[in-house]
Amino acid sequence: MSLDTSLSIRVNGEHRRVPGGLSIAEMVSQLGLDPLRVAVERNLEVIPRSTLGELCVEDGDDFEIVHFVGGG
Amino acid sequence: MNAPKPIEADTWSVAGRTFTSRLIVGTGKYKSFEENAAAVEASGAEIVTVAVRRVNIADPNQPRLTDFIDPKKITYLPNTAGCFSAEDAIRTLRLAREAGGWSLVKLEVLGEAKTLYPDMRETLRATEVLVKEGFEPMVYCVDDPIAAKQLEEAGAVAIMPLGAPIGSGLGIQNRVTIRLIVEGAAVPVLVDAGVGTSSDAAVAMELGCDGVLMNTAIAEAKDPLLMARAMRSAVEAGRLAYLAGRMQKRRYADPSSPLAGLI
Repeated sequence: MSLDTSLSIRVNGEHRRVPGGLSIAEMVSQLGLDPLRVAVERNLEVIPRSTLGELCVEDGDDFEIVHFVGGG
Repeated sequence: MNAPKPIEADTWSVAGRTFTSRLIVGTGKYKSFEENAAAVEASGAEIVTVAVRRVNIADPNQPRLTDFIDPKKITYLPNTAGCFSAEDAIRTLRLAREAGGWSLVKLEVLGEAKTLYPDMRETLRATEVLVKEGFEPMVYCVDDPIAAKQLEEAGAVAIMPLGAPIGSGLGIQNRVTIRLIVEGAAVPVLVDAGVGTSSDAAVAMELGCDGVLMNTAIAEAKDPLLMARAMRSAVEAGRLAYLAGRMQKRRYADPSSPLAGLI
């Protein structure tokens, strides 16, 4: 019998499943993004870039990942 | 000697940062990043406004603004465009500070989609919270000298009244109130929004504003690069005219050639 240890999260409004034990930085990298070039909010709280590698993704987390785009 | 004042020395400062160019340009509505970068270059701007938006996780390798406009050379001023409440604007700027690592930001809290007029109650509330959190907000606002004063008292590092609605290109609709704001403010005043062509930018500067912020006037010109150059010249011309001090208006003619010695 194998236990499904994957976590259910939302990223920018989209549902995703990721393996358990990932840091937030690893999750961002797996999406093909450079953690140094984005800002991450988890459950409405901004995560300082310096701690992205230390904090783990938790089941049910709701992430917003943003960057700068053209605007006036 | 009557040496001309060195124009190079005419700088302005906001929140302890000093700039030579008095033109701030937006980075929206351009056909391409290349055109956008070339327009910024042609405008001579040292500050560009940028928006904070979700990354496209379906296509993470799309070209990025930062690949074309180097944030190390040009100051990025993150805005809160599209935010209709203080909470949304504060949330956006908290993320912007993490993305960019700096606290100088442009706050705008809009009241309605039709006019994009600022909601001053929410704007003032957001300013107070942001200042407490260590932000240095340059604040988009109505052209109301009392509201401008209240923002300044709340800690806004620059007052940015609209000349006309965002993206309208109608030019400065109320020179009197813009001038009143300039006279009352101890922080920089920049006309933000409403500029349509170069004469509008010159008017803002002739009124004594410290700078002008625009996006659509350049981006939607038939030739954005040429318009960027025009705006650069207009801002400089308006500034020089303001420093020079214009002649008094009079109701009737006054000949420029001497009357004495007429044949």
